[in-house]
Amino acid sequence: MAQHQNTSIFSAELIGPAIRDSFNKLDPRQLIRNPVMFTTASVALLATVLLVRSIISGGDIAFEAQIVFWLWLTVLFGNFAEALAEGRGKAQAASLRSTKAELKGKRVKGDTVKVVPASELRAGDIVLVETGDQIPADGEVVEGVASVNEAAITGESAPVVRESGGDRSAVTAGTRVISDWIKVRVTAEPGEGFLDRMISLVEGASRAKTPNEVALTVLLTGLTLIFLIAVSTLPAFAAYAGGSISIPILVALFVALIPTTISALLSAIGIAGMDRLIRFNVLAKSGRAVEAAGDIDTLLLDKTGTITLGDRQATDFLPLSGVREGELIEAARLSSLGDETPEGRSIVELAGAGETAPAGAEMVSFTAQTRVSGIDIGDRKIRKGAVDAILKLHDFDQGAVRQIRTLTEKIARTGGTPLAVADGTRLLGAIALKDIVKAGIKERFAELRRMGIRTVMITGDNPLTAAAIAAESGVDDFLAEATPEDKLELIRKEQSGGKLVAMCGDGTNDAPALAQSDVGVAMNTGTQAAREAGNMVDLDNNPTKLIEIVGIGKQLLMTRGALTTFSISNDVAKYFAILPAIFVALYPGLDALNVMGLSSPQSAILSAIIFNAVIIPLLVPLALRGVTYCPQSASRQLVRNLGIYGLGGLIVPFVGIKLIDLVVSGLGLA
Amino acid sequence: MEHVFIVALIIGGTALLSLPLGAWMKMAMDPAPGQMTGWTSLFGRIGGATEEQGWKRYLVTMLIFNAIMFTVTFTILGLQQYLPLNPDGMGPHDPTLVFNTAASFTTNTNLQHYSGEASMSYLSQLAGLMWLQFVSAATGIAALAALARGIAGRASLGNFMIDVQRASFLVLLPLALIVAMLMVLMGMPMTLQGSAVATTLEGVTQTIARGPVAAFLTIKQLGTNGGGFFGPNATHPLENPSFWTNGLAMIAIMLIPMACVWMFGGILGRMKHATVIFAVMALFILVKITGSVTFESAPTPAFAELPVSTDTGNLEGKELRFGATGGPLWAVLTTSTSNGSVGAMHDSLNPLTGLMPMAGMWLNATFGGVGVGMINMFLYIIVAVFVAGMMVGRTPEYLGHRIEAKEVRLAILALFSHAFLILGPTALFAATSLGQATVQDPGAHGFSEILYEFTSAAANNGSGFEGLGDGTWAWNIATGVVMLLGRYLPIILPLAIVGSLMAKRRAAESAGTLGVEDATFGTMLGLTVVIFGALTFLPAAALGPLAEHFSLP
Amino acid sequence: MNDIISGLRVTAATMAVCVAGYTTVILGFAQAVTPATANGSLITQGDGSVIGSRLIAQGFTSPEYVWPRPSAVDYDAAGAGGSNLSPANPELAERALALIAAHGRDGTPIPADLVTASGAGLDPHISLEGALFQVVRVAEARGVEPAAVRAIIDRLAERPGGVFTPAPIVNVLELNLELDAELASPASTE
Repeated sequence: MAQHQNTSIFSAELIGPAIRDSFNKLDPRQLIRNPVMFTTASVALLATVLLVRSIISGGDIAFEAQIVFWLWLTVLFGNFAEALAEGRGKAQAASLRSTKAELKGKRVKGDTVKVVPASELRAGDIVLVETGDQIPADGEVVEGVASVNEAAITGESAPVVRESGGDRSAVTAGTRVISDWIKVRVTAEPGEGFLDRMISLVEGASRAKTPNEVALTVLLTGLTLIFLIAVSTLPAFAAYAGGSISIPILVALFVALIPTTISALLSAIGIAGMDRLIRFNVLAKSGRAVEAAGDIDTLLLDKTGTITLGDRQATDFLPLSGVREGELIEAARLSSLGDETPEGRSIVELAGAGETAPAGAEMVSFTAQTRVSGIDIGDRKIRKGAVDAILKLHDFDQGAVRQIRTLTEKIARTGGTPLAVADGTRLLGAIALKDIVKAGIKERFAELRRMGIRTVMITGDNPLTAAAIAAESGVDDFLAEATPEDKLELIRKEQSGGKLVAMCGDGTNDAPALAQSDVGVAMNTGTQAAREAGNMVDLDNNPTKLIEIVGIGKQLLMTRGALTTFSISNDVAKYFAILPAIFVALYPGLDALNVMGLSSPQSAILSAIIFNAVIIPLLVPLALRGVTYCPQSASRQLVRNLGIYGLGGLIVPFVGIKLIDLVVSGLGLA
Repeated sequence: MEHVFIVALIIGGTALLSLPLGAWMKMAMDPAPGQMTGWTSLFGRIGGATEEQGWKRYLVTMLIFNAIMFTVTFTILGLQQYLPLNPDGMGPHDPTLVFNTAASFTTNTNLQHYSGEASMSYLSQLAGLMWLQFVSAATGIAALAALARGIAGRASLGNFMIDVQRASFLVLLPLALIVAMLMVLMGMPMTLQGSAVATTLEGVTQTIARGPVAAFLTIKQLGTNGGGFFGPNATHPLENPSFWTNGLAMIAIMLIPMACVWMFGGILGRMKHATVIFAVMALFILVKITGSVTFESAPTPAFAELPVSTDTGNLEGKELRFGATGGPLWAVLTTSTSNGSVGAMHDSLNPLTGLMPMAGMWLNATFGGVGVGMINMFLYIIVAVFVAGMMVGRTPEYLGHRIEAKEVRLAILALFSHAFLILGPTALFAATSLGQATVQDPGAHGFSEILYEFTSAAANNGSGFEGLGDGTWAWNIATGVVMLLGRYLPIILPLAIVGSLMAKRRAAESAGTLGVEDATFGTMLGLTVVIFGALTFLPAAALGPLAEHFSLP
Repeated sequence: MNDIISGLRVTAATMAVCVAGYTTVILGFAQAVTPATANGSLITQGDGSVIGSRLIAQGFTSPEYVWPRPSAVDYDAAGAGGSNLSPANPELAERALALIAAHGRDGTPIPADLVTASGAGLDPHISLEGALFQVVRVAEARGVEPAAVRAIIDRLAERPGGVFTPAPIVNVLELNLELDAELASPASTE
């Protein structure tokens, strides 16, 4: 999929199909999903029938025809907005689909291996995937290790390792094995895999209305009903005054008053919100999840990779008394040469004497089991590693052990992790490793706090270290020595206090917490269980994104609210355009309400209805891009949006309708 | 200049008085554990019911009690010619009028298609109508208390039978006693003697109707009932003898509706929120008063060509003892609060002045009726919170309650019903002889008379453009039905909203949640009221008062 | 069913307290403390016969009396009401023209209250200007100096709301009683 090409919203290749789709969407079965637009189309149809009658029996055909034209254009503009929003996703879906169509799998049954189309693979089947093959279905690695290029899904070309067991066992259909081989147990039935879900998501086919969208539709439909009453009673009122109002004019007034603008843009806003997430390489499994992201009160953030840079760095060498600092540094450097981890390399770098080793020296590599690395130079065995691991190597001098303990505690209190260095039976001292808090993270947390979001750092560190890092990074709270159960417990506790919680996770043991949280972002590298449990998947495996996801959720709702406000406020001006135009025949004095000084009643009605139609495409870019969002408190957010879209909604149509009236009367259209 | 003093004194003074009253109402209606236990158990014994009720049970008992209210009064009015306390020998009523009147007083509307001194016995006035003025107002206060309990997150809405007695005995009765005694001291009649017969200086016989006015009038004002003892209501010199009784009556009109906002805030424990609501309501009222007083200072348009002095404003239908402000000020207060008593004849107000009372009833929430005004405002709050909530980027929440499709549907249905109940019947009567044959005045004003009548019925106000010949069966039945729907829908639907809110998990509030305690929210609420409440009626206004105004020479 | 019984019990209680109790208390209070106003502010002659209520306008048409504001119900205190005419209704102008003619002061603008009906048709007051407007006719009919009439009017003029009502008003019935008491009416001099 082509996330990294930034297709412009209005590129020609999208507009063409969108225009075609605008007409396809006139299908009543599609229109009915949006009651306001359906109503608009219905009255446009009514006006059309009346126009035909006028053509046959005579009437003001030119004027009526223009009203009919603009009414249909209003509907088409609405369709166009939706089609355009869907267009991007459709293009992406097409490329995904072509990937899917080619997939074939080598099904393993007993000793036989048979090549079958992916569509014949069932959950539980075992397939063999070798170098150069595409993985045919979602599954879990049951045997082997392989490098997998997941660019088809993530757009990231650097390969990742997939192996059986552990947290890196999930593989996705459509990705390609570039070295070695793996056997994969298929976990998804055909048509239900990750790729299928992505296709339907980006295409918007399975797009169900979110609860908030449903509620807004109810509000807009209700408003439509209210205006239906207001308009449909007018002929009776006019009859009292001894006059009448023609139906095309009533239709024009009705369509101008009902909230067509927001209704036309409603689904485009929703699709665009999802699309923003996708372009951000996050897949939300439902629109509901995107909205929930905007509601988050508590963010659970993993320390490593989110708050701190992934790797700890050496910051200090602390020799025991009686040990020269130089001796400790040299020993630390030598013993770390065999440690290829970033931590080991940072020690060598801090020591500052390059990577040269004495001739004949033998490296002892660092492993997760021993947690120790070192070097053997003849008989001399220099070791460095986790304090406990080093202390187990020998029965060191009791005094030195006590000193080392004091040092380690001091390091932990400042948020560091201590390592110990020993030369044979002599303890030399400690190395302080420190989590480096990401630049700018403190400001981000302050920002979130202003938005009313509480951040909680989750870490396996001891409370002492955790507290120090929490203080440095400015996170609101922390959960130290966190087990997956602790995480789940914390989420439940927050939720029982009425808070919505977001977290991200990757391991199988994260799955319950991901499922419990209101927004659970699973890392794409994570296990299948984690990906199933979360309601979003981050294709880039970047937990920091949680913060941006919240922003995208908020922006989606804000766009909806802002355009609703704008649309409804427009009614004031439309009333002042159309009412005097209609009523001036009944009571000439009512021309006083023609505050815009529109040139004639017909021109006024036409201008209002033209404004009502053209405002839709003019607002499409805003609907797709979303209103400008900057993190700030709710009340300032409201002031800003109310000022721009409420006040703007009052003023813009006065200006717009007046300008259109000048054009309409200038061209002699009415 | 004296306008400003009077308005400041009446509005400001009442606002100040409403604070302690609101605190008392909070304690009386929703006592904290340990408070008022004696009263609560007494009311429990009287009603024989103490269960904690959910919204449906609360509503059912309320409707049953209201049905009893209707039946009792229907019976008394229907049989008044056989019953005692009828010194002037009032005869039987037309059945549709009995229906209309019973519906009118049960619904706290007090639309009067009769003239009290000409057709009602003292028993009808006291046991039928005045009783309803107590218990219908108490119903409104009880409903608001229940609504507030639900929003505050209580497990139950309370018990209606206890609440209605609390409101009657602890809120309305003490206030009525105080105010009625003050009214008596200011010269208000209070007698059970029949009419007095006088022979004037010029030798003409004049029959002077009188009665137990002070008691009746007081609860009519306090309970936003508005039904006059006499036909012309508070313009009648025996129902409103002086400038000072007029002032006290205006205070009585506003007092409980204002205090209801504080009671609401008190039960919620959110006085700042209540302050914002109060401010929005007060702002609307001040705008309407300014308009009303200004427009009414223009002289009577009919006299434009005549040698009539023009410095006193339009005096048709007004009493000199109330001063120049009294009439238009009262017109706004009585319609902002769904009271409906009149201190000047609304039909004879200048066209734009007449628009102000109509606007008050269209909104029906700028303090509004006792209890129900705040409930109506709650509907606007739901809509405002919904739109504003989205604009701050969260699923809309009101005090931690998520506003979703169901709540929006119910709120918008209530707002729709208000518009429908006004515009629908107005269209029917305006287009047919049902209405056309009954209007008194020519041109757009006749339309205003029809529009006003249904507006008043739907808003449970009860005032009228009295030139309308509204004593026909069609008017009696149509307005009767509109009053009943206009009363109970706006109570049922909000309670249903609260029922739905109570069933949901409540969200925590934070800096990211929409605040409902600041000026920004107040602005949003005000805009919502204008756009959802007023815009709907702009076409009707254009063909009524505006057309009349702009057609003046 | 329980709800109905419960409702009836509350009905009985509220009827007893809010109707019977409340009315009795206020009635007792009024009759004990302010019996005169409580019974309608009636004005009686020496023989106890009622002339009227000081709160209720009565029609005056004789030239020696000051006339009240017009009444849409002809001063019927058992069936009060306003004209309810819209302010632009031509009927208002017709009525005003008739009244202007009756007052017979061509050229002088007539105070508005003298040509507008009050809400109940029983407004006992007219404006001070309205009373002074009639001085010439009354003085002529009674055969006295206008200054004497004017003096009585000035004495009886009141401001109903003190500082809040700058425009003084006069109670017509009280004024006419005073005129009769102080200035011989033409009937008695003959």
